[in-house]
Amino acid sequence: MIVAERKPLSEIMEILAPYQNICVLGCGTCVTVCLAGGQKEAEETASAISIHRKQEGKDANVEAFTIERQCEYEYVDEVLERLKGYDAILSLACGVGVQTMVTHEPELMVFPGLNTQFFGYPLEQGVWTENCLGCGNCVLHLTQGICPITRCSKSILNGPCGGSQDGKCEISTDVDCAWHLIHERLEKMNKLSTLQEIQPPKDWSTSHHGGPRTIVREDVRIDSGE
Amino acid sequence: MIAGSNLEKVINSGEFVVTGELGPPKSADGDFIRHHAEMLQNHVDAFNITDNQTAIVRTSSIACGNILVQMGLDPIVQMTVRDRNRIAIQSDILGASALGIKNMLCLSGDHQNFGNEPGSKGVYDIDSMQLIKAVKDMRDENKFIGGEELEAPVSLFIGAVENPFADPFDYRVDRLEKKINAGANFIQTQGIFDLERFREWMKRVVDRGLHEKATILAGIIPMKSLGAARYMKNNVAGITIPDEMVDRLKGTEKDKRKEEGLNICIETIQQCQEIEGVGGVHVMAVAWEEVVPDIVERAGLYPRPSL
Repeated sequence: MIVAERKPLSEIMEILAPYQNICVLGCGTCVTVCLAGGQKEAEETASAISIHRKQEGKDANVEAFTIERQCEYEYVDEVLERLKGYDAILSLACGVGVQTMVTHEPELMVFPGLNTQFFGYPLEQGVWTENCLGCGNCVLHLTQGICPITRCSKSILNGPCGGSQDGKCEISTDVDCAWHLIHERLEKMNKLSTLQEIQPPKDWSTSHHGGPRTIVREDVRIDSGE
Repeated sequence: MIAGSNLEKVINSGEFVVTGELGPPKSADGDFIRHHAEMLQNHVDAFNITDNQTAIVRTSSIACGNILVQMGLDPIVQMTVRDRNRIAIQSDILGASALGIKNMLCLSGDHQNFGNEPGSKGVYDIDSMQLIKAVKDMRDENKFIGGEELEAPVSLFIGAVENPFADPFDYRVDRLEKKINAGANFIQTQGIFDLERFREWMKRVVDRGLHEKATILAGIIPMKSLGAARYMKNNVAGITIPDEMVDRLKGTEKDKRKEEGLNICIETIQQCQEIEGVGGVHVMAVAWEEVVPDIVERAGLYPRPSL
């Protein structure tokens, strides 16, 4: 899922300072699961804004509600008229949600309430970890299901580098060395010799480095008029 | 002869090699590098020039390498994959070669979050293994990474690094072999303090005959003080210093610790000379360059061959 964190309240207050009639809009999917932008967080954020504005003597009308997904037009459409009634919408969706709403309805003043972080999963309650960069050319079959592009700080394909110590990365003892983990798994499976093959430079054109990406699937498109 | 550098000539002569290291300044002061090069010029066969070491911005390694070429000295220009994509890397390989640089050391580089621009974007388009192979292919296959042909091949003697003290230990000889297969002509190791582990690593290197395919230069770092030893032990990625060595410095009177650090350094060189397969030493005394002549002389490695 997409993992995000709420922006610092001070930054949110600054972004919303010119506006009186504000909606804090939660998103019911990824960011609800990672406890950053669901209904609960939308309500908390709305009341924090209200209190702050009262303290400043600049009362504002702040309401909070949530839609299932801000990243699909059909869900945005369900509340579009209501959203048009606000001066500002603080979206607690990921960056995809913010942009989907702005693209769909350019009149809306939509601002990000979250910092979108990464694709990852909850390691344990309260801890999320990144494990996919969406590079467009998956190598997990070569690396025993452990992604070196994401989880190695240098995204190396022929690791581990000389900074790997006690299973940890040179950047921090809190970060596992992905190549140490890959080596461990290959050893268990008696496949260490595959590490001796020199992996060629990666084709990054399938990733964001090739420019913003769009996927067109002719087989599932609906032709106009049908 | 591959590139005809002084380093390559000394290796071919069978002499025990001594390389040194120069760190470019955080300024455009060319005299800084000239001054340090002069200090070492009679005592080392070639000079590593670091490439924004520890991710701190300094004068470019290729520019400083060119200063050495103008002085008639033999630079080993370090090239990391941290700051350049494959377009810039290959362009710089051509540029270095055009400036008369004949040795290139290929490495990944310390991660950018260690340095003075921690907010910078790390490039890591290719890795150090792929860099070694890229230089080799530009030299021997006349080909760029993308497959296009060069108008004329480059002539470079290729170096790589290996860290016998990194983990997993069992993989460290495999990795060396992989780097040699990728094209490394010589190898410089991380600074050696744990001789027992280094001996074990070298034994495995020799068992596979890797020392005959590439020259292994043992990394040597003189310890200036107890603080420096502790700092390296605790803060420098990939360096391990046994407690006994720190205790030896600690047990020495404070004003004699510098001398004791030198004694340790010279003993380490002498012990490395005894280890089968070690072809030379790489003395890293950045910010303490003036001590190198003394180390080389006391280790019995002076004068250097003139070829």
